Amino acid sequence: MPSDTSALHLVLSADPVLMAIVGLSLTVSLAAVVLATLIGLPVGAALALTRFPGREAAIVTLNALMGLPPVVVGLAVYLLLSRSGPLGSWGLLFTPQAMVIAQTILVAPIIAALARQTVEDLWLEYRDELAALDVGPRRRLATLIWDARFSLVTALLAGFGRAAAEVGAIIIVGGNIEGFTRTMTTAIALETSKGDLPLALGLGIVLIAIVIAVNALAWTARRAGERLAG
Amino acid sequence: MQTRRTLIALAIAAMAAIPAASAQDKSIVVSSTTSTQDSGLFGHILPLFKAKTGITVKVLAQGTGQALDTGRRGDADVVFVHAKSAEEKFLSEGQGVKRYPVMYNDFVLVGPKSDPAGVKGGKDIVAALKAIKSKSAPFISRGDRSGTHIAELNLWKAAGIDIEKGLSVKDLGPWYKAIGQGMGAALNTASASNSYVLTDRGTWLSFKNRGDLIVAVEGDKRLFNQYGVMLVNPDKHPNVKRDLGQAFIDWLISPEGQKAIADYKINGEQLFYPNAKDASA
Amino acid sequence: MLASDLPIVLQDVSVRTREFAILDGISLKLMPGAPTVVIGPNGAGKTTLLRVAMGLVAPSSGEVSFGGRLNVPPTWRAIVFQRPVMLRRSAAANIEYALASAGVAHSEWPRRIAELFDTVGLTGLDTRPARRLSGGEQQRLALARALARDPEVLFLDEPTASLDPAATKAIEDVVRAVVARGIKVVMSTHDLAEARRLAGEVVLMHRGRVIESGPAARFFESPDTEEARRFIAGDLLV
Repeated sequence: MPSDTSALHLVLSADPVLMAIVGLSLTVSLAAVVLATLIGLPVGAALALTRFPGREAAIVTLNALMGLPPVVVGLAVYLLLSRSGPLGSWGLLFTPQAMVIAQTILVAPIIAALARQTVEDLWLEYRDELAALDVGPRRRLATLIWDARFSLVTALLAGFGRAAAEVGAIIIVGGNIEGFTRTMTTAIALETSKGDLPLALGLGIVLIAIVIAVNALAWTARRAGERLAG
Repeated sequence: MQTRRTLIALAIAAMAAIPAASAQDKSIVVSSTTSTQDSGLFGHILPLFKAKTGITVKVLAQGTGQALDTGRRGDADVVFVHAKSAEEKFLSEGQGVKRYPVMYNDFVLVGPKSDPAGVKGGKDIVAALKAIKSKSAPFISRGDRSGTHIAELNLWKAAGIDIEKGLSVKDLGPWYKAIGQGMGAALNTASASNSYVLTDRGTWLSFKNRGDLIVAVEGDKRLFNQYGVMLVNPDKHPNVKRDLGQAFIDWLISPEGQKAIADYKINGEQLFYPNAKDASA
Repeated sequence: MLASDLPIVLQDVSVRTREFAILDGISLKLMPGAPTVVIGPNGAGKTTLLRVAMGLVAPSSGEVSFGGRLNVPPTWRAIVFQRPVMLRRSAAANIEYALASAGVAHSEWPRRIAELFDTVGLTGLDTRPARRLSGGEQQRLALARALARDPEVLFLDEPTASLDPAATKAIEDVVRAVVARGIKVVMSTHDLAEARRLAGEVVLMHRGRVIESGPAARFFESPDTEEARRFIAGDLLV
């Protein structure tokens, strides 16, 4: 990125390098959230609705996993995907796919833990009525997830926030390669270490603005949905 | 569930939409140093290489130690750093095929305008370092096993000062601070704390946050910094792209590549001096 | 209907917690026909009795049979809880949910919903979010939801406990309409007057036991037990 241009100028002129970086950030984080939801939502819901020995320990573990340090996850995934590692032949190291994998690992516990809490709370409310209506386990799961959808979307947004903000994991597995695996956060880290603090700060503001925009979009969708459903 | 199927399809589409690096791509991974990357050299020469050969070079910028370790893991195809002793160790381990000298740049000692060690304008780096120690003038070191860090330690040794020993027995004094980060971070810290710091000229020329820092010592032959390039040994790491990697090396030492390196200038100043022909480099 | 759930027979049923017995050795027969009203002071175990008879709670000891069979799923029974929980959807969607759970064909839904709304007097409120209905309206919606299952037996747990007289009358009218259709109603109340208005059969409970049960007229005219007499007279049973 031309380092003698302010971040505002880059935004206003839709600088192609900046656009590519923003695009990659959003693609990686959104893909990670989608995958993390596919994994985390069923796990969270299952944990909410089933009873088995060690359930409480599982819940505590899941909640703790929300705080997985990104650098540690990045390191672990790096060692897995390294050419001298077990999955090296997949050739995924230093690619956006590796970044998606690392972020999915970070985000899935968040979605699972929040989904568990949300579904469990709603189930306590609905439990008697669903039993009285003789609702089977499949239907019950679908009903709880559908009726709790707004709270669940909040969980997804929490996951997206985590993914969009982190740099520790993706810089290790992605390598911050210019034009290929450079995202907003890794670009900010780079410009900071190069000493171009105004540019780094400007990029940071752009990133925050994007995250706010995503949240505003989700909020608007939620209000529209609420008005329709009650 | 219909929704679930749609979501899975979305996720797969998302993953696929991001261009993947595959063995069929004409691309190589070159692990190099942050100072080389930050100097902007790659931004200048890589497009020329791609135009000629169609090969995309992905540069992984790390400290020298890290860059060589990445090569040891087979995660890079080519290693391009500036620490001859570390590179020769790499070769002796059988991790690299052959070392080719490519170019050199130089280090400069920058320091505060107020010059507490009284070394400004000098041409003798060893004398300057001795003065800094004797006056306990604040000094920032990268401390990150990078080529720059290794060069710095060697210069202290030439001045008769064993920095690593001093650090380990803790009798060095608070004037010397090792921060364990890259050149830009070290310059930032030196600027913020009005300290001396050894930096490569390229990073200094592009550095914008100078504060009160100026060049204190330059031109000493001992400040010259030699770059070497090596192909990671495909016999040890079968995934290494031998032909593409060698093509990059061949281009770097070719007259065309050497000219491209010499043509790179910041504010009209040349940063890197090609010397592939110098067998002793 | 292939087999009937009636009579519902409780044989020496107890429901125990670690501290005490909520139901203590109850033997009771719920026969088809006139509504059964369960009365008694708070804490007598009325709610638990209804839940056991509905098949939602398994007894700690004793047996519950439905038309001579054990462990029958509640396909032909329905219950309205004392504080019914509305699904977070529109009023009509709540009914749709019950219809879907009961396996009613989609094509039938508009007609059934209109019918049920008419029965409980909620016509015109289809699209209102169910949680924004008033207390009385929610009770009636819960009733409609229960009736959507086309039950043989309808349990009502203190359906008018928190309602004003107008809303109470509305509910009681629906109960009478339901009874007229041949549905067996089993209802609990702590309002003696309501019991007098609606009961065909009365069951008096106190401290987890059935004190007395029998046809309403006889119960109110000349009760057998001392407790029943005192309860009818308005004394507090402790």
